[in-house]
Amino acid sequence: MAAHLSSRQARHELALLSLAGTVVFFGLWQGVAVSGLVSNYVLPSPVEVITAGLAMLVEPFAGNTLQGHVLASLGRWAAGFALAAALGIPLGLGMGHWRVLDAIVSPVFEAYRYIAPLAWVPFAALWFGTGIGGPIMVIFTGAFAPCLVNAYRGARQVERHLTEAARTLGAGGARVLLEVLLPGALPSVISGLRVAAGLGWQSLIGAELIVVSSGIGYVLVQGQSNLAPEIVMAAMLAVGLTGLLIDVALRATESRIKRRWGQPA
Amino acid sequence: MLRSARQNRASNGAGVNLHEWREASRERRMSDIEFAGISKTFPRGRSEFTALDNVSLKIPDKEFVAIVGPSGCGKTTLLRMVAGLETPSSGVVRVGGRPVHGPGADRAVVFQQFALFPWKTVRENIAFGLKCKGMSRAEREKLALRYVEIMGLTGTEDNYPHQLSGGMQQRVAIARSYAIEPEVLLMDEPFGSLDAQTRILMQEELIRISRVNPRTVLFITHAVEEALYLADRVVVLARNPGRIVEIMDTRPTREAEGWDRLASEETMEMPGFGHLRAQIWRLLRREMQAPSREKEKT
Repeated sequence: MAAHLSSRQARHELALLSLAGTVVFFGLWQGVAVSGLVSNYVLPSPVEVITAGLAMLVEPFAGNTLQGHVLASLGRWAAGFALAAALGIPLGLGMGHWRVLDAIVSPVFEAYRYIAPLAWVPFAALWFGTGIGGPIMVIFTGAFAPCLVNAYRGARQVERHLTEAARTLGAGGARVLLEVLLPGALPSVISGLRVAAGLGWQSLIGAELIVVSSGIGYVLVQGQSNLAPEIVMAAMLAVGLTGLLIDVALRATESRIKRRWGQPA
Repeated sequence: MLRSARQNRASNGAGVNLHEWREASRERRMSDIEFAGISKTFPRGRSEFTALDNVSLKIPDKEFVAIVGPSGCGKTTLLRMVAGLETPSSGVVRVGGRPVHGPGADRAVVFQQFALFPWKTVRENIAFGLKCKGMSRAEREKLALRYVEIMGLTGTEDNYPHQLSGGMQQRVAIARSYAIEPEVLLMDEPFGSLDAQTRILMQEELIRISRVNPRTVLFITHAVEEALYLADRVVVLARNPGRIVEIMDTRPTREAEGWDRLASEETMEMPGFGHLRAQIWRLLRREMQAPSREKEKT
């Protein structure tokens, strides 16, 4: 009971510290911005930024409201992320279990991992133009590797006798993958999805700087060409907040699944 | 018909339900196991290590054969070859006359570590093999519940494996293997990780099951008493390299002394049982003390 109380207290204290850190950050920013040391074009104040952001919620900018742009970005992100998960997880699980597959795919994959998602932007533009395919491809290239790597690691940890039991009970490759490797590797797979979601979201903004005409990255570009630094900053803030929300949602899913699975015997 | 002591025990409490069992069994094919000149070598450093050296053995349909031997004699390797989880370096393993190629549902394995899926309930674990066979949900649910009842697992069907004791977990594993109606049952030290009391109860239940619903069984153990108590024939393996040194038929003694009507502690007090046990121990002792044949060759 005492331990419970103190841990709860500690959590409260930590939450207060988080709040204090955020307030100090914005306070310093506001202080520097209004001090006159730097011009307003170089650093808009947080009040201006938040005002600009709130204004965009009702008044469209660059063809859409702020939430409209965020939704457009989220849609692309979800498509690229889902594609990366749908391909990366089964391939990673399979590579973790079947050494032959590992040997075939590993060299190309290991080299691919070091190519930053943004490096794919020229080809995304070349292949897809300004269509939906371009940004999805860039997100995919960012999210694919963590999906695959974590599924691979998870599958390596699935005990051999479980896959052997499944095979002696008549399970084929697809069933072993879906009903043994996937649930066995699930905690690791979910961690991979979280990393992939973050990387995918980051790559998306990069892609939107170049190849699209809507979305939060597009707001950034338009803000820049309109000489409106407060809009650029507001878009950055929206990117950060949305990323934070994505992570919170995935974290909640992760802990729910871990609780549901219990302690494996 | 006179009901044996064992069958009486079965009918009280959580034991195996034999009437259900008879009903559950179906038509089946002949399935004998044949090891024909099996050798297995592993690379060790620059040389080769011979795990099994020219093992030949025939197990007729419906016979219960136990293999005993010290660790490292290759007994588990033999079982894994029948399961299709390992291939011999030379020689052929045949089941029902056909060479073994990979695992299949005609040869169910019960592992020492149970190998239950931790994310599936008891019922789902038992139904897994039926699902692989393409049985409809309703049908496999029905059959799974029947095996839950047969194995005395009623009330645990919605539990996860980690919520059960070791003995109960192994019952689930046995039920899962029996549910797919395999031609051959392969048991790799299935009671090795159970405590002594549970182990004896499980042995008695296995006897009941295998007498009422006989299968071709290959049972691996390092416990001599367990092998004698359960099997029609006991194969004694030596190591370095793994090879058969003796095959002992327990059936004449078993029938003469009526072991199947006795509890296990009573069986173990019978003179015939003691005699066979001593014979096996002498063989094992001699093999353990003898210099390795592999060394002699070099």
